[in-house]
Amino acid sequence: MPPNMNPKKVPIPEQAPQERIKNFKEVALGYTPEQAKEEATRCLQCKNRPCVEGCPVNVKIPEFIKKVAEGDLAEASKILASENCLPAVCGRVCPQETQCEILCVRGKKGEPVAIGRLERFVADWAMENLPQETPQIKKNGIKIAIAGGGPAGLTCAGELARMGYDVTIFEALHALGGVLMYGIPEFRLPKRLVAKEIANALNLGVKIEKNVIIGKSIKVDELFKEGYQAVFIGCGAGLPSFMKVEGENLNGVYSANEFLTRVNLMKAYDFPNNPTPVKIGKRVAVIGGGNVAMDAARTAKRLGAEEVYIVYRRGEKELPARLEEIHHAKEEGIIFKFLTAPVKVIGENGWVKGIECVEMELGEPDESGRRRPVVKKGSNFNFPVETVIVAIGGTPNPLIRQTTPGLETQKWGGIVVDEATMKTSKEGVYAGGDIVTGAATVILAMGAGKKAAHAIHEALQKKIR
Amino acid sequence: MYPILKKIKLNNSVEEMVVRAPYVARHCEPGQFIILRVDEDGERIPLTIAEYDREQGTVSIIYQVVGFTTQQLSKKKAGDELADFVGPLGLPTQFHAHKRVIGIGGGVGAAPLYPQLKKLSDMGVSVDLILGARSKDLILLEEKFSKFCKNIYITTDDGSYGTKGLVTDKLKELVEKGEKYDEVIAIGPLVMMKFVSLLTKQLNIKTSVSLNPVMVDGTGMCGGCRVTVGGQTKFVCVDGPDFDGHQVDYDELLRRQSMYKEEEAHACKIGLRTI
Repeated sequence: MPPNMNPKKVPIPEQAPQERIKNFKEVALGYTPEQAKEEATRCLQCKNRPCVEGCPVNVKIPEFIKKVAEGDLAEASKILASENCLPAVCGRVCPQETQCEILCVRGKKGEPVAIGRLERFVADWAMENLPQETPQIKKNGIKIAIAGGGPAGLTCAGELARMGYDVTIFEALHALGGVLMYGIPEFRLPKRLVAKEIANALNLGVKIEKNVIIGKSIKVDELFKEGYQAVFIGCGAGLPSFMKVEGENLNGVYSANEFLTRVNLMKAYDFPNNPTPVKIGKRVAVIGGGNVAMDAARTAKRLGAEEVYIVYRRGEKELPARLEEIHHAKEEGIIFKFLTAPVKVIGENGWVKGIECVEMELGEPDESGRRRPVVKKGSNFNFPVETVIVAIGGTPNPLIRQTTPGLETQKWGGIVVDEATMKTSKEGVYAGGDIVTGAATVILAMGAGKKAAHAIHEALQKKIR
Repeated sequence: MYPILKKIKLNNSVEEMVVRAPYVARHCEPGQFIILRVDEDGERIPLTIAEYDREQGTVSIIYQVVGFTTQQLSKKKAGDELADFVGPLGLPTQFHAHKRVIGIGGGVGAAPLYPQLKKLSDMGVSVDLILGARSKDLILLEEKFSKFCKNIYITTDDGSYGTKGLVTDKLKELVEKGEKYDEVIAIGPLVMMKFVSLLTKQLNIKTSVSLNPVMVDGTGMCGGCRVTVGGQTKFVCVDGPDFDGHQVDYDELLRRQSMYKEEEAHACKIGLRTI
């Protein structure tokens, strides 16, 4: 069959903006089998598979797409799941445009193959249609501990369990998933699906200890004393940063972490059916330009805010968020204030009443390669808002670093690892995800978890021999 | 799940619960707290640890039935289970090699004060205590404190027990009489801690307070518990809960504590789901 040479991706059906801002249901609705098949036939099945190189977990992309084109979805799912334990998640939240799709040959003349949409389609189909199988794995009885049940920890646990290890995940919160549960909103990543996919990934006898904080409830050295042969640390990014401007502790100022955790993990959007509340004003300013800022802004809109602003100190081109998120935010009526930096949160009777900003202009490129924003003198102005959400990143949680002697860390607090193996300076301890890289993506964390699992396996095999 | 081994009613609105939570019990120290959820859809609330038994793997919490979640908690009995119970959270109290310390416990604040004073007494420090409450039936743990406190002074707002008046009146009186203390440890309502700190600042006595603001995760991730201490923003969950009482911005914290007042009233009034 000759390939489908349409230069455009098959569009993915979406909820209309005016409709979706009134609910928390998923924005993108997913391909139908016909649409998936049509898109799959756009893949040229290149021999050198550039797309696979771009995937942090090396999904066999052309192979699974070929099966979709042939209509063999069960086989497509098998190929996909062999390298990626959370495909329904990755199909939705991976930045494919900078990883696999950017390397797609079709992208040179037109749009690349919609790898992410196809991944999502196959994963969703499998979840609906394939029976959950419990694979028979010969256990080797070797105990491994995983600190943190987010994308890095889950992947590491799944890989090691598949190899026969006796794996236990220690999770600080009451639910597994990390950022997938508390951070990314329901309308981008339905929680029912996350829970199901996690259950599948761990359907290999992985033990789960919720409500256990490594470094507080039990220390890394104690895990070794209890017979664990290796420890993987995937405890995530941690503490939110604030702007350090006047008025930041006024009522109505949230970190994006708190705002999103209340809404996603604690389901504050369903208050009072769920007892955790969240406050949302008529006008909301979200500070920052990353994916988390977009998530917070779009969540605020869905909670009923009439005017939602993204306040970003650089220009539109410098926005670190994915294009798709920016596009969706604009469609939903989020107002972007570029080259604008807050200097003060204005209060009245202890509550936020407005925000004072200055205009910025772009100067010389800084160490990140982006042009450095410089304050325009005397350009102060203010506008009224009742809620301010600060989404400017964070710093690593210090709990493990403070309680684990021999664990080398960067000046900014991240754990130092050998990038080939994710091995830390402490014997038997590996780390990956945001605690190593600072805030990054789900898929990079998963890639690190996978790499660490294989390095742990290799090291332990040597030790046993 | 975390089994409730014992539940004791301490007075009309305050209860004690002993919960099996081995991971908390193995490392917890005075001053630290836990976060619990009563059931699968519950809210996360922080409570300071009142007592613990490492061998039994148990932790006891003392709480006043005031809001939705404590009402939900109050409906549980021995033999039932709690959905989540995580800790120990926060930093342990830093104990200094003092000669003489006085604790001030306001209402249910007596509960978190107990393990701190007990530990000081075990370290050989001479410990006095002022317990204050609105009325006699709200005075907590007097008998337990009496096992190691040298002097116990009681104050009540209505004069139904001890001296009529405030804990600050009593402290002032003691100091004016010539009693010398190296440190005051005050735990109770924010307003009480504020006025104790104002007084001890005048009297030049080092003062420690334990804060209990609104929190979600308790591990530093959300920043909801931020408080200004000495002009700097601190997270109570990872930098506290104990702070130098003279450095805390109480007015800001009082305001932040009232952020969800309307919602709390709403949730309590309609009772939410049937429990």
